[in-house]
Amino acid sequence: MNFDFSSDQRSLREQARKFLAEHASSTRVRRILEGAAPYDAELWRGMAEMGWMGTAIPETHGGAGFGYLELCVIAEELGRSLAPTPFSSTIYLASEALLLVGSPAQKKRWLPRVAQGEAIGCFALAEGPQVATPGNITTRADDGRVSGTKIPVMDGDVADFAIVVAGEADGRRAGLFLVDLTGAGITRTSVTTVDPTRSHARLVFDGAAAEPLGAPFAGWPLVERLLDRAAVLVAFEQVGGAQAALDMARDYALGRFAFGRQIASFQAIKHKLADIYVAVELARSNAYYGAWALSKDAPELPVAAATARVAATEAYYQAAKENIQVHGGMGFTWEFDCHLHYRRAKLTGLMLGSARRWKDLLVTRLQAGAA
Amino acid sequence: MDFDDTREEAAFRAEARQWLGANAEIKGGAFETWQSRYSGRDGFDGLERAKAFQHKKAEAGFAALHWPVESGGRALPPVYQVIYSQEESRYLVPRGYFEIGLGMCMPTLFTYGTDAQKRRYAPAALFGDEVWCQLFSEPGAGSDLAGLRTRAQREGDEWVINGQKIWTSGGHWADWAILVARSDPKAAKHKGLTFFFLSMKSPGIETRRIKQISGASHFNEVYLTDVRIPDSQRLGAVGAGWGVAITTLMNERLASGDLRGPDFEEIFGLARSVSLEDGPAIANAAVRERLADFYVKTQGVRLTRFRTMTALSRGETPGPENSIGKLVNAPKAQEIASFAMDLLDMGGVIMDKDTAPLRAAFQESLLNSPGGRIAAGTDEILRNIIAERVLGLPQDMRVDRDLPFDQLPTGPR
Repeated sequence: MNFDFSSDQRSLREQARKFLAEHASSTRVRRILEGAAPYDAELWRGMAEMGWMGTAIPETHGGAGFGYLELCVIAEELGRSLAPTPFSSTIYLASEALLLVGSPAQKKRWLPRVAQGEAIGCFALAEGPQVATPGNITTRADDGRVSGTKIPVMDGDVADFAIVVAGEADGRRAGLFLVDLTGAGITRTSVTTVDPTRSHARLVFDGAAAEPLGAPFAGWPLVERLLDRAAVLVAFEQVGGAQAALDMARDYALGRFAFGRQIASFQAIKHKLADIYVAVELARSNAYYGAWALSKDAPELPVAAATARVAATEAYYQAAKENIQVHGGMGFTWEFDCHLHYRRAKLTGLMLGSARRWKDLLVTRLQAGAA
Repeated sequence: MDFDDTREEAAFRAEARQWLGANAEIKGGAFETWQSRYSGRDGFDGLERAKAFQHKKAEAGFAALHWPVESGGRALPPVYQVIYSQEESRYLVPRGYFEIGLGMCMPTLFTYGTDAQKRRYAPAALFGDEVWCQLFSEPGAGSDLAGLRTRAQREGDEWVINGQKIWTSGGHWADWAILVARSDPKAAKHKGLTFFFLSMKSPGIETRRIKQISGASHFNEVYLTDVRIPDSQRLGAVGAGWGVAITTLMNERLASGDLRGPDFEEIFGLARSVSLEDGPAIANAAVRERLADFYVKTQGVRLTRFRTMTALSRGETPGPENSIGKLVNAPKAQEIASFAMDLLDMGGVIMDKDTAPLRAAFQESLLNSPGGRIAAGTDEILRNIIAERVLGLPQDMRVDRDLPFDQLPTGPR
């Protein structure tokens, strides 16, 4: 047993942290926040040169063929830096769907471009403000065409291809469909969200050409399998973000004086930060277990992924909101970076479904395991 | 990262499993402990049986896996202790008798004792022949342990001890004790302490049981009147007792943190077996959410412990990060107990073992769990430790730091 990353993986982390400190500084993040572009294209190119997009893509498809543990390491650093890129949509979801169930031709067409940073992917599941379930997906796929409205689709405005969840004409079964977004019958509109550093869109499909991905209408289990895998990777982003928010709060509390003392010397602040630390460490431990299960495709993955998802979502939100509180009035200003994590915490907490939904899923899976 | 056993670890696991299968009793029923099978209400009659089991366990080489070979251990990396504990958790094994001696007193002796002392005391503790306790807390010195007042006065080759200790777990059955006492009241409070070990059979020791809110008596008050200790039983230099005590407490944080009361499995089982107004509790959304919260914390602590073991296996020392386990588990035990009783609604108050689920384990835990948040460092002290020693925040203001101990202000006594 060994419950930590290897020394090679830890030096990858150092390398990633250094790169992102330079190329994804808060000044750069704020350019995207204030609407200069949907994402930081220069950073995206730099990440491609580092080979990050191909981390878990096999060499036969133009990737680096490392593995998921390495991808988790990179995810944590991306979360820490708030990097405004379409990495999670493209890598954790779209390319992952191709790797899981894509045909040889589909993989050959898209994966080398993804690995080079030349293609951006997105995952289109949600259809408005409600829980997405197999029963309420109204997007329909029929005879190589897909029709329906997906909103919000993370990075849907900048993606080259989409993985669309759609049902049969009679709505009984759902499945994944691959759509080239440069084709006809597609309307994209940008959507404002709580976190403008990750762009979102409404995608309207009106008989757009769509290829089934995997067995036609393989059903909801495939969607869940994909979400489980992404949940582990996003958990690392959340842990990285939570750690960054904790570090910010700590540094500010050490430098700020009130009543003639550093505010970090007040027990109310110390205990608040200790509680965040505990939450982040528990989330980190749960994420590690998820990383192991993901890297081995272990039977423990569904439970481990849900556990990691819940722990990381709650730790990041706790760290982000209390970071504002520790900063006091300054934390509530546009000028300070506290709100960047606050926004991202809530966004990452919802992008694969809420913690509430994942808690329910976790108990369902524990019941199945205990039955 | 690998959560699977290596070949060597798998072989060890198989060995442990085989030995436990042949020598330990499998847990009967949903929630059974050594105490509930072998002991009366106050939980102490199981000692002789416990000693016999400990002897067998030590003979088989499972009692101190990470100890050095010359002290009766196997010098295995700490992760083997995790493996053994995982296997042992399915069996009924004595707990609470030997942990202080093996987990805290012996590591302190290994650091500060002579070779002759290690040879004399370690095997006896390992084989369960001698039980140890720790004489640390006092009525006026709990969280502020260095404020203790028990006096140690030197007389030739001996020290004479006078004072009172409290919250001494197992003091009434212990054969030996470690003790920290004040040898110089004129020095600042952390500087005037000296550390000893002594026989609990020494003349002048009187042990009185304390009845807890649960009705059980795990702790004692210990009165020391003109108790004489040879100077050869001093551990560390005169006046350097605080540093020795810190060694003991670091090991305590590593040893404690395990939950004794019902945990996730038990509350999950209960939720699957009881009905609420609209069907099984497990189908209720609010119940499911609480269950998930309990699971995520339980699993998080378990895995954090594995990470600690990995760090220790790399040669790192147990750090203040180990406060996490107890800080999460102790309040969780209290929450689980209270939530379980809520699920039973009006009937939740019943403590009759024949009527209450799990032989009233949840109700007992409600009454026992407040102690878990206090013993071995209160929740508040543990948060301070994390804030100060992990996050590097300033220490709380301590007005007594540099004053001579005998000039410290005290409340009414």
